[in-house]
Amino acid sequence: MADEKENIGDKKYKYSIIIPTYNERLNIAIIVYLIFKHLRDVDFEIIVVDDGSPDGTQDIVKQLQQLYGEDRILLRARAKKLGLGTAYIHGLKYATGDFVVIMDADLSHHPKYLPSFIKKQLETDASIVTGTRYVKDGGVHGWNLMRKLTSRGANVLAQTLLWPGVSDLTGSFRLYKKLVLEDVISSCVSKGYVFQMEMIVRASRKGYQIEEVPITFVDRVFGTSKLGGSEIVEYLKGLVYLLLTT
Amino acid sequence: MKHIVKILSLLVAISAFWIGLLQAAIVPRSHTWLLPIYFVVSLGCYGLLMVGVGLMQFPTCPQEAVLLQMDITEAKEFFRHKGVDVGSD
Repeated sequence: MADEKENIGDKKYKYSIIIPTYNERLNIAIIVYLIFKHLRDVDFEIIVVDDGSPDGTQDIVKQLQQLYGEDRILLRARAKKLGLGTAYIHGLKYATGDFVVIMDADLSHHPKYLPSFIKKQLETDASIVTGTRYVKDGGVHGWNLMRKLTSRGANVLAQTLLWPGVSDLTGSFRLYKKLVLEDVISSCVSKGYVFQMEMIVRASRKGYQIEEVPITFVDRVFGTSKLGGSEIVEYLKGLVYLLLTT
Repeated sequence: MKHIVKILSLLVAISAFWIGLLQAAIVPRSHTWLLPIYFVVSLGCYGLLMVGVGLMQFPTCPQEAVLLQMDITEAKEFFRHKGVDVGSD
């Protein structure tokens, strides 16, 4: 453990962590705490892109800024909910790191995996390191059988049609070289989780080196994971779109 | 080249092979005519098998939920001491 931290601390790279938020008042504080806990010797900044949350998320972020420093936590809010893709693009404008990490604010992505992303990238010089839930050391908690079936079916279909080269296509816990993210994101047009798929498939087509690290994913404890008929239709439409245009 | 072109090329190659088989008549023609159906059905079965196997081996991590709750408690304590009001969920 100590060895790993020393290795990471040696390099002089900076990491920009972009976290889009909407009504994540409690979770954003916990995420920030955990990031600082697990990235002790790393130069990083957290960019919170909040879409005008009515629950006071931005107030909490400002308090966190007082605590940790405005150079470590950047609040770059937007007026209203404008979507994930544009949130990343917005956050990217203010990122000063060599690498950009994207992750969710709802604690389904645990900051304790950040060192393994960084380590993997340093070892392989990969352009993208993506977290995968579907390998042995990874995993998901909080999904019922139906949800797992849909996920598995969707994955097999996507693998058969797209040959993407990654095991987890819809995952959104990723580390990118900043220039690579800028390049890939400019050619993506989809929304929602199809956007995440488009990003990784386009990157794969462009020949960028993509490595994977196992991550565990604890689905929202409060409220159920939404996966209805319309999501499935969107997914299939997204697959066909990616099949034809990448 | 675009991915769809790769897939179509593969299909064209398979079709050419199939037509070649039909013409050469090494295998009785009645069998050869059914080959595409066998192919599609096999592909479907393989897909279902992959889904089934994947489902059985689906990695789960119940202990992570517990660890997460511990992390949340730790974080809340920290913020309480620092006077940051994180409120409750």
